Amino acid sequence: MAIEVRIPTILRSYTGGAKAVEGTGDTIADLLTDLDSRYAGLRGRLITEQGTLHRFVNVYVNDEDVRFLGALDAKLNDGDAVTILPAVAGGAFAFAAAAALAATR
Amino acid sequence: MLTIGREIVDAIVAHARRDHPDEACGIVAGPIGSDLPLRHVPMDNAERSPTFYRFDSTEQLRVWNEMDDRDEEPIVIYHSHTATEAAPSPTDVAIAGYPDSHYLLVSTREPESAEIRSFRIVDRTVTEEPVRIVDASVDPAAVTTYMFGQSPTTVDYECSA
Repeated sequence: MAIEVRIPTILRSYTGGAKAVEGTGDTIADLLTDLDSRYAGLRGRLITEQGTLHRFVNVYVNDEDVRFLGALDAKLNDGDAVTILPAVAGGAFAFAAAAALAATR
Repeated sequence: MLTIGREIVDAIVAHARRDHPDEACGIVAGPIGSDLPLRHVPMDNAERSPTFYRFDSTEQLRVWNEMDDRDEEPIVIYHSHTATEAAPSPTDVAIAGYPDSHYLLVSTREPESAEIRSFRIVDRTVTEEPVRIVDASVDPAAVTTYMFGQSPTTVDYECSA
């Protein structure tokens, strides 16, 4: 079962520069495990130590944010297209809160 | 250095004023590899907050797909600070995920004058860069002509660093 995964610039160091790679899996979690077996370290940039999707990474299945599809449990089918995009966020809020956010990376 | 048309800067400042006291955010797209910010895309701040901004994830994908179709990239990613200086906060730096983009900040804390500064944020290292604002005609394609073909009137905002 082949799933096309589009890789953002900041993560292409893990894919040898490739903009898109193929992977397999019944869910997003399975897919990321499969990708990590060939592109070591990629999964760690997307998943927290607690095993949840990083807050500032967006993952889409066929243009739908996986947060609306069950997050890492989102189901995948052959031919689906997955897109990974760093979220664009920030702001002028307190230093302590920022440090806490940074620690989750 | 960031070189950007005055009309685009004016539109970004107008967007920031409109959304004040909430933070405003958006991008300026341009041809891949050109370093020319030509197409201003104001985005929704999904947080609608005076201290935080976040692109709506669905809108972000739509805008990113549009850029793909046009062979563009986000040359500039901008947001406003509404009560503090136009410099990246620790939050901005921790989250920044686009090392190839210019991070433009606008401060709207002064009602009469807007402070505009630009930064690169790569691996959590922040480097301020000068902003060169170029006068151009209404036709955005003419920005290229003005910048490289003639001597435009420019305003250089020097780094304080």
